[in-house]
Amino acid sequence: MNGEADTAGIVIVGAGQAGVMTAEALRTGGFEGPITLLGDEPHGPYHRPPLSKAWMAGEIEAAQLVMRAPEMLARKNITLRTGVNVKAIDRSAQTVILGDGSALPYTGLVLATGSTPRALPLPGGDAPGVLALRTRDDASAIADRLAACIAQQRPVVVIGGGFIGLEVAATARKKGLAVTVLEAAPRLLGRVLAPVLSDWYAELHRGHGVQLLLGAQVAAIETDADGAVSGVKLADGSVVPAGLVVVGIGVSANDQLAQAAGLACERGIVVDACCRTSDPLIVAAGDCTARRLADGNLLRLESVQNATEQGKSAAAALLGQERPFTATPWFWSDQYDKKLQMAGLSMGADGWAVRGDMAAGAFTVYHFKGEQLIAADSVNASKDHLLVRKLLDAGVSPTREQAGDVAFDLASLLVK
Amino acid sequence: MANITFIEANGQSTTLNLADGWSLMQGATANGVDGIVGECGGSCACATCHCYVDDLLAGVLPAPSQGELDMLENVVAERRPNSRLACQIKAGPALEGGVVHLPECQE
Repeated sequence: MNGEADTAGIVIVGAGQAGVMTAEALRTGGFEGPITLLGDEPHGPYHRPPLSKAWMAGEIEAAQLVMRAPEMLARKNITLRTGVNVKAIDRSAQTVILGDGSALPYTGLVLATGSTPRALPLPGGDAPGVLALRTRDDASAIADRLAACIAQQRPVVVIGGGFIGLEVAATARKKGLAVTVLEAAPRLLGRVLAPVLSDWYAELHRGHGVQLLLGAQVAAIETDADGAVSGVKLADGSVVPAGLVVVGIGVSANDQLAQAAGLACERGIVVDACCRTSDPLIVAAGDCTARRLADGNLLRLESVQNATEQGKSAAAALLGQERPFTATPWFWSDQYDKKLQMAGLSMGADGWAVRGDMAAGAFTVYHFKGEQLIAADSVNASKDHLLVRKLLDAGVSPTREQAGDVAFDLASLLVK
Repeated sequence: MANITFIEANGQSTTLNLADGWSLMQGATANGVDGIVGECGGSCACATCHCYVDDLLAGVLPAPSQGELDMLENVVAERRPNSRLACQIKAGPALEGGVVHLPECQE
């Protein structure tokens, strides 16, 4: 590297989980040049998982969300710049163009741009009081509106029975609000959970007083004289009243910068298992990526684990090392007093076995494809979850009978 | 409020004054103590805020939940009888003067 390149260093676009993990992994990996972490939010790096729960419920203060203290980043010689928009990538000049028009040179570039909640493509979908959740400020806006709903005794409607929507529904119920969840599909969490678990979660929410409308077709957002949300109109003409509508209908990968720069993108920045993009100087990590699998298919994961592991792989790739992220995907969701922990991907499963007591709320559903264990979803059964991760990482499968038999020690299948 | 001392594997010692209700993980990461990762943001889902508590803390802390005990099985560094997850320990007056040692690695 020449002197100028040394000064340029590595630029990371995005100061969320993936961006921070990449920055720290670069230092751990021995990189000594400059690292610049660019965040478009006004806040430094913070934890997103508590946003839909403790933060929204007002149980913690802003400082408790902090992922890394500024002095911690400074000590690692990581320059954090917040409130910075990146407008473009100039690959031939090896610079990123910032919102103020200035150019920031790079010797290596990390795209950790995250994802954006899908907007409701309906009349009134942008009315005041119709809110999505991604950032700390989004969560604060929802919390403020929840408080107003409590004061005025107005109900809350959640559009979308996915994880974000259901976690917000649980938080709103904890606050004593009337909550209706509208889901277009015939079951909750249909994209990620097997029917047996969708039904269990439906009962969990009903048991906590949530009104669930499955197969609901939303037609429009109704507004009051001031233009603010007053309800959700369904295709059958009925209206569900609402002082707050939370929209959780999925996210889109933020791949616009990459696309405009001519990098391969397919509903996400296409990366290999080592997080390399189609430009050898550019890597990508986290929600913004779509990983090309060995069989040619693309895998999009939106999770803390994915952001963390891809961050480490992306850093390694920039340092010229191969660190593929191929470990078993895992994910969790906290709703009420239930912790769901998922390991592996259950899509394509053709059978399952249950260990534990579903009625008592502590169990694991093991998913099989043929005779092979491919995934497991645990509710208040962390021990099962951790063991499944080990089994899947080792490529070891119990039989269905063994999986469902609490007397059988699954750990005995692992070679000591 | 409680003064808690964090001692990193390299001997670096930091004493923090933590408000009631703050978890030790939150205190450590928000105040620049290395050696605590806290990937999951305090959800007891990642086991990267492993710490060893001293006798004072061991004597006053509520016993770990089943969920925490399960996650402790997944820590990378050696698990000891005084192993805890820092995200599950909430500061309060009873913890005053407590000391936690941090392991060499979390992940």
